[in-house]
Amino acid sequence: MFRTGLFASVIFASVGLAGPVLAQSTVYIPAILELSGAGAVSGTNFRDGMLLAIDEINAKGGILGKKIETPLLDTQSDAGISRAQVQKVLDNKPYAILGPVFSGSVLVDMLLTQQAEIPEIVGGEAAAITQKGNPYVFRTSFGQQFSMPKIANYMRDGVKAKTVGVLWVNNDFGKGGRDNFIKEMNSRDIKVVADISTESGQADFSADVVKLKGANADAIFVYLNEEESARFLREARKQGINKPLIGETTLLGQKVIDLAAGAANGVRGHVGLTIDAPIPAVQEFAANFKKRFNYACDHNGIKGYTAVYFIKHVTEKIGKLDGKAFAEAAHGITITPKDEPGILMEATWDKNGDIDRISFLGEVVDGKQKIVETLPKLGK
Amino acid sequence: MASFIQLLVSGLATGAIYALIAVGFTLLWQTSQTINFAQGEFVMLPAFFVLAAMNAGAPFWPAALIGVALSIVILGILFKFIIVDPMFKYGVLPLVISTIALSLFLKEGVKDFYSSQAQSFPALVPASDIHVFGAVVSTQSLAVLAVAIVTVIVLHLLLTKTRTGRQMQATAQNPLLARILGIPVQRMVLYTFLLNAVLVAIASILVSPIYLAKFTNGETLGMAAFIAAIIGGFNQVRGAVLGGVILGVLDNLSAAYISSQYRGAFPLIILIAVILFRPQGLLGRIEERTV
Repeated sequence: MFRTGLFASVIFASVGLAGPVLAQSTVYIPAILELSGAGAVSGTNFRDGMLLAIDEINAKGGILGKKIETPLLDTQSDAGISRAQVQKVLDNKPYAILGPVFSGSVLVDMLLTQQAEIPEIVGGEAAAITQKGNPYVFRTSFGQQFSMPKIANYMRDGVKAKTVGVLWVNNDFGKGGRDNFIKEMNSRDIKVVADISTESGQADFSADVVKLKGANADAIFVYLNEEESARFLREARKQGINKPLIGETTLLGQKVIDLAAGAANGVRGHVGLTIDAPIPAVQEFAANFKKRFNYACDHNGIKGYTAVYFIKHVTEKIGKLDGKAFAEAAHGITITPKDEPGILMEATWDKNGDIDRISFLGEVVDGKQKIVETLPKLGK
Repeated sequence: MASFIQLLVSGLATGAIYALIAVGFTLLWQTSQTINFAQGEFVMLPAFFVLAAMNAGAPFWPAALIGVALSIVILGILFKFIIVDPMFKYGVLPLVISTIALSLFLKEGVKDFYSSQAQSFPALVPASDIHVFGAVVSTQSLAVLAVAIVTVIVLHLLLTKTRTGRQMQATAQNPLLARILGIPVQRMVLYTFLLNAVLVAIASILVSPIYLAKFTNGETLGMAAFIAAIIGGFNQVRGAVLGGVILGVLDNLSAAYISSQYRGAFPLIILIAVILFRPQGLLGRIEERTV
């Protein structure tokens, strides 16, 4: 639990921040992540998944014979600091950048990386990220324009809801999700009877829960960040909400389940990425992650892990460390676990940098996420 | 009506926690002219003492007692002797700056040595509901409210019905005269710091199941307590209690009936109104000082 400068990679990387000499023998891929503040759960999961992949790849000789060098820079979950950190690493001419996870930070950073023609593999899920025509931004998780139709179908066909309440976090991630969700609800004639925004980092959800109860919707869609999700679930159970609580990936994440301490049981929803996926490679990754970091990885850990393998595969395909060539090759690429085992599941990146792959419907049972159905790729 | 009752109970529970923190704030101010800007971090820290004790194998209640004991030592005794006493002779402002520095140290210390991630914290009582006039009221909220009320009553009795309490009040009102009358002023000031440590530890155990234990919790809680103390009256314990309760209830009712987006603004509007129309606070008294 007590963590103080724990990874050899980090030490190696911290030297590398000011190391143009080192940069010649290594592939410089800095990570800009939410290591503290409201996004710390997401950022540290992404970081640890990423470090696992980096150490695996480096142990096998690195990318094109060069070791990956990854300094960790903390955004403190703040978009302004995130931008400053990106500006800082751009001086060292990185090959690619990993992170951030918060969509608000990504939307600010990606302008800089686009100008510098540096590929940026982000954890943000806001739909807007890949709709701005930036050829250098890529995701390793679903954007909201991919996940919300799936959750909307589940609301209609699985929950059979005629009315829904929506609780969302008022940041780029939450607003984008809320807008896409409501659009999908309208197209399926499901009435939104409560539309409640909350603040990032909000601690007390009692008033929001009372409002949701008053709306008496058939189901409640919860779209918050990890810690807020846990606080909301605790309050919802405390006040005896008995309507189905439906979420998208985050709400069913293991960290949320752990923090909610029993209050997450019964939560259902769509899960884009999960270590409980009935796929041996994913479960092996989860076991390795747990063994190394002593906690259960959430979807952000998988994002970080696959992001590094995505860079490795595309780079080895183009055969050179060229950001522009990387961006051109990565659009439209399909990577299978046979080609690159570290990618875990077959994935395709479209012309916008969005990813398409299988996903899952899940439910929280006895403090564990249980996958009840596997959904095919949207492109199939 | 059912919704209103739920909001009221929930707001009272939150407000009662704010009140405990604000009372500690005012006690320190009255006896030692210390405006403790680390008060929020003082509430954040005991939860991590409790969690550390639980990680070491202690059950919750013994761990809670360990948390209170460590708070008394670190946030009471050490705070007074290491920070307040050496800085006191330089006046209020250097002391304020010292407490701001302390708040940063505590926050970053918890982040580095424990975790930057929120931690689950056990609730005082298992979750169950009580139905009151059609409203579903949580036993957890009632437990928080009950513990906070009992704490304030015990504090009130201590300050008004015991010899030590009256000596503490005398020290707060006029330390020079208290010393002439033979009251051990320094010991009374130390007792105040110990009382504050107990209050913040109790507040921490009450609030952490709701907020989750996290190194940033002090930011919100410290600000809430500061506002509550000003609204109620910085120089009155009962004022701090009233300020805390008003803040908690107002926050909930405004979020539910006016706007959840602007919920953070309403306490500040009340604060501005109080400063404009009753600067001594709702229950405070005007203090005159010779300059």
